[in-house]
Amino acid sequence: MATFDLELVSPEKLLLSRPVEMAIIPAAEGEMGVLPGMAPMIVALKGGVIRVQENGAITEKLFVMGGFAEITPTRVTVLADEATPVTQLSRAQAAERVREAEAAYAGTASTATPEERELAMDRLLAVREMEAAAEAA
Amino acid sequence: MANLKELRGRINSVKSTRKITQAMKMVAAAKLRRAQNRAEAARPYAERMARMLASLGQAVAGNPDAPKLLVGTGRDQTHLLIVVSGERGLAGAFNTNVGRFARARIRELEEQGKTVKVLTVGRKGAAYLKREFASRIVGEVSFQGKKQVGFAEAQEIAARVTAMLDAGEIDVCTLIYNRFRSVIAQVPTAQQLVPTELPEASPAEPEGAQAWYEYEPDEATILAQILPKNLAIQIYRAILDSAAGFFGSQMNAMDNATRNAGDMINKLTLTYNRTRQANITSELIEIISGAEAL
Repeated sequence: MATFDLELVSPEKLLLSRPVEMAIIPAAEGEMGVLPGMAPMIVALKGGVIRVQENGAITEKLFVMGGFAEITPTRVTVLADEATPVTQLSRAQAAERVREAEAAYAGTASTATPEERELAMDRLLAVREMEAAAEAA
Repeated sequence: MANLKELRGRINSVKSTRKITQAMKMVAAAKLRRAQNRAEAARPYAERMARMLASLGQAVAGNPDAPKLLVGTGRDQTHLLIVVSGERGLAGAFNTNVGRFARARIRELEEQGKTVKVLTVGRKGAAYLKREFASRIVGEVSFQGKKQVGFAEAQEIAARVTAMLDAGEIDVCTLIYNRFRSVIAQVPTAQQLVPTELPEASPAEPEGAQAWYEYEPDEATILAQILPKNLAIQIYRAILDSAAGFFGSQMNAMDNATRNAGDMINKLTLTYNRTRQANITSELIEIISGAEAL
């Protein structure tokens, strides 16, 4: 089956760079399955799990904390703010971050502009995803 | 003539100095390797980011509402210099070099009638610049006591810069740091962050047509998100580069110190032996002439 190159990089390291058949990435406006030969796109990502598919089965799951993806017919580059293989997520840590984000969101209720509130909300949703992913793993 | 006991004391003290500098050199070498690895690990992200930014920049070029981070405020009056230096001393001319470079830059800008603000990253640079430019320093960031600097710290600095820019406090932002050219060469470098110097779209790109990209949600939203990140990654890279350079410089300085201590020991040992022989000779002469007199 046809493949394309998937690269996943975070500021701290290069996590993945190899040909895959399909990747499902959490784009800001809904999950998106990417196959080889897709039209060039640049998409923003929200917090969620990237699923990599090879030989018809999901072989790898990585949690990303927002970022961008550059899609070309032969290559997909994901620039994640933070990326962790799902198996290495810690449930306790995720729960801790959810609490922090909830507090931060509650803190924005009276003072912040709508944009700031939205940002805090996005963050909260992202860490909730992280918690869910940690539990599923 | 120096007496023997004093010489012995000096030799011993230089020997222990040599032991310390040698140990420091080893530690710096180990840390250098780690710092270099980290700097290398950050490179792919920065490269991909530059590529994406190049295509985005083309897409919004000429747009009057382009974000301030990309095009600046349109003025050129207030400059913010971010000076990245080391946390510690004993690293040769590392901190002095970047400090001197920053000082020359500040003077030059002020002669042109610009207002200069300084944000220092690292303790040593702050100490150096404070003597002369204390009134220009708007902030100090220090990673003292931190084992390693993560991307989060760079993001914090970037957030400060963005806030200052949005508040209209600064017009141009420049990053000054020691670029790591090799273990023995660190070059003080100034890199302009705001307005962003767009990387040229590489002509080697096989797809060729950067402008074909579709954007989701849209160019402006993505650009607004990507620019602060780009700022953070540039700062992060500078910090990592500077850290690697620091250990390189320290390793060198300690290597020199060890060698100098060795030379010193040789010289002192020579004097010590000569003095000892001279003492023995004069004693012998005394004995012989005493015997002859009998």
